[in-house]
Amino acid sequence: MAELQFREAIRDAIDEEMARDEKVFIMGEEVAEYNGAYKVTEGLLDKYGFKRVIDTPISELGFAGIGVGAAMNGLRPIVEFMTFNFAVLAADQIINHASKAGYMTGGQITCPMVFRGPNASAGQLGATHSVAFDSTYAHFPGLKVIYVSEPDDAKGLMKAAIRDDNPVLFMESEQMYGMKGEVSDEEDYIIPIGKGKIKREGSDVTIVAHGKMYHVAKQAAAQLEKDGVECEIIDPRTVKPLDLPLIIDSIKKTNRCVVVDEAHPFAGFAAEIGFLIQREAFDYLDAPVQRVTLPDVNAPFAKNLFDAWLPDAKNVIDAVNQVTYRN
Amino acid sequence: MAIKIEMPKLSDTMEEGVIAKWNVSEGDQVEAGDIIAEVETDKATMEVEAFDAGKVLKILVGEGDAVPLGGLMAVLGEEGEDISEILDNAGSASSGSGASGSEDSDTSSTEEKSNDFDPVFGDLDKKEGTSASTDNGRIKASPLARKIAEDKGIDLSSINGSGPEGRIIKKDVENYQPGAATPSVAAETPVASKTNFSTIESKEVKISQMRKTIARRLSESKFSNPHFYETIDIDMKAAIAARSSLNEANDVKISFNDIVVKACAIALTRHQAVNSSWLGDIIKEHGDVHVAVAVAIDEGLMTPVIRHADQKGLAQISAETRELAGLARDRKLQPEQMEGSTFTISNLGMFGIEEFTAIINPPNACILAVGAIRDVPVVENGEVVPGKRMKVTLSSDHRVVDGAKAAEFLNTVKQLLENPLGMLL
Repeated sequence: MAELQFREAIRDAIDEEMARDEKVFIMGEEVAEYNGAYKVTEGLLDKYGFKRVIDTPISELGFAGIGVGAAMNGLRPIVEFMTFNFAVLAADQIINHASKAGYMTGGQITCPMVFRGPNASAGQLGATHSVAFDSTYAHFPGLKVIYVSEPDDAKGLMKAAIRDDNPVLFMESEQMYGMKGEVSDEEDYIIPIGKGKIKREGSDVTIVAHGKMYHVAKQAAAQLEKDGVECEIIDPRTVKPLDLPLIIDSIKKTNRCVVVDEAHPFAGFAAEIGFLIQREAFDYLDAPVQRVTLPDVNAPFAKNLFDAWLPDAKNVIDAVNQVTYRN
Repeated sequence: MAIKIEMPKLSDTMEEGVIAKWNVSEGDQVEAGDIIAEVETDKATMEVEAFDAGKVLKILVGEGDAVPLGGLMAVLGEEGEDISEILDNAGSASSGSGASGSEDSDTSSTEEKSNDFDPVFGDLDKKEGTSASTDNGRIKASPLARKIAEDKGIDLSSINGSGPEGRIIKKDVENYQPGAATPSVAAETPVASKTNFSTIESKEVKISQMRKTIARRLSESKFSNPHFYETIDIDMKAAIAARSSLNEANDVKISFNDIVVKACAIALTRHQAVNSSWLGDIIKEHGDVHVAVAVAIDEGLMTPVIRHADQKGLAQISAETRELAGLARDRKLQPEQMEGSTFTISNLGMFGIEEFTAIINPPNACILAVGAIRDVPVVENGEVVPGKRMKVTLSSDHRVVDGAKAAEFLNTVKQLLENPLGMLL
């Protein structure tokens, strides 16, 4: 095990895959000469040169399209967006082309590529730079969506994403790049896409939380432990495909569930999980599934409003108290 | 054409009825006029008859289940008829309170963030105490609690729910002990000493419709009507003599209670203020005198009414009271036999009770509590002599009747009982 920053874990994964397979290349704004807007690609230009580490103009639709075309022609591009908020401009390429290529050609053309970059809010960046897109993209067939919470998951799942023959959206967070964590130094460390992880064992309530919200859930669980409430935290890691059996087995044990999600409430990830739980584990529920999400309001800029807007440990504790009938 | 059998209004105070018995099952052919079910209302067990002929296609509620007024009990129709729409409508009508899609925002909470407030949906948090009780007596239980109860063969209705709005949750079922109140916290049973001093088991008694009604109406009466009480001691020597001679001469069995009913009925014609009702915006002083008599039965209390008691003779009052009391004990009283009283008498004399205060039976303004006839030393003309005395206590609603008015009425009753011949006038 080595202690790595989040960005280092992602970089190692990309580096290992680029070394292993020359079809893998990375493109995006500032990935090459500037060493990456968030220093994820630091040193890759020196190692692999301009042909495989490519700076692009500020034109998300254009370079995402180049990536899709390259993938259709047999390469394995990694397209970095400076943030998924900018990837909205490239949504046509992702949703209409990358996701449907295999389907519309009866499997004759595939699109083995990774779109990656930070997702969701990162403090006071304003409404247009603070949106969580994981459940949005997960809505479309043909796309895989990963939004990880810890460096170890980032390493293992990034390698799996690059090797996957389907388009994969790999989501990170500006606020987690510097976060350190133990990362497996197993050679060729791969975490299969679609496998969640029980990150904390507990018997009283299941908290499903991924990405940045996992850390919020972890804080809440530590607080609740002092009150004698044992939370089980499940990090799905992959939004789609979802490791539903892991969640359902946990519900069968705890009988209660709180889903924490960094997106808005309507038709989001938390809503989907809530639906699936009631369908699969109805007889095991002792309380309605509760969710903690953003409000149905765009990200405010002012600090006090922003803090009130983003789900925090208190919100999670309140929800847990509700489903465990402790209030 | 499918016919809906809905819960009829069998008494003027019922809000729901409990199916005591189904006389038909699904698939049976019924004719108009057939008695298809027996329903326990707040006052009696009544028969429900079919008004149309048809095959019983569906029975929606089981015996022991409560159904609100107008709630669907069963569907009649022709073999093979599609009644899914009726059932769907019934389902949606009787399902619990859904989240309202109204746009009224949460005014009670000024929290910056609430997990339950969605501007999209409005306030989804059903606040405690504001339960829209449209759940038709349905038992609220979490799916898990339901399943555990089913597996263990525990009747959910015998469990107290500790969740929101009384929802039964897992721990309630797990901590449930038959015949014991469900503790909200699992009780540790001491292992050391097994001595059990009590041979009587505690038990949980299901609250019957009648109990519910008694609880509701008498609480309302006692807590919202300003009661005051006046007691008067009545010399019963003459009444005892009159009763003996009447019973011997006429082969009737007139009771003291019948005599008190008659005396009160006559007194009420002379004191209309006591024969009245507080109706909120007006006071209604009734022209007719209908005297209710409280009858104790196993399940509670009934108050059959002797109509126009002032115009009936003792023999008729006696016969009617006996008949009505019998019907009450058999739970066969019809609503019209219990409604419309203008005054009530409650007699505990047969239990040796000297005096007591009764709770006014709404919408009456007064109730008379009658005690036992006692052998007591009394002073007559400076001499202590044996006497027969009975204490009666009038509870009055002070909004309607004042102290002096009540006293005047009591004195009239006393005078009539002490001079029974006066009742013949």
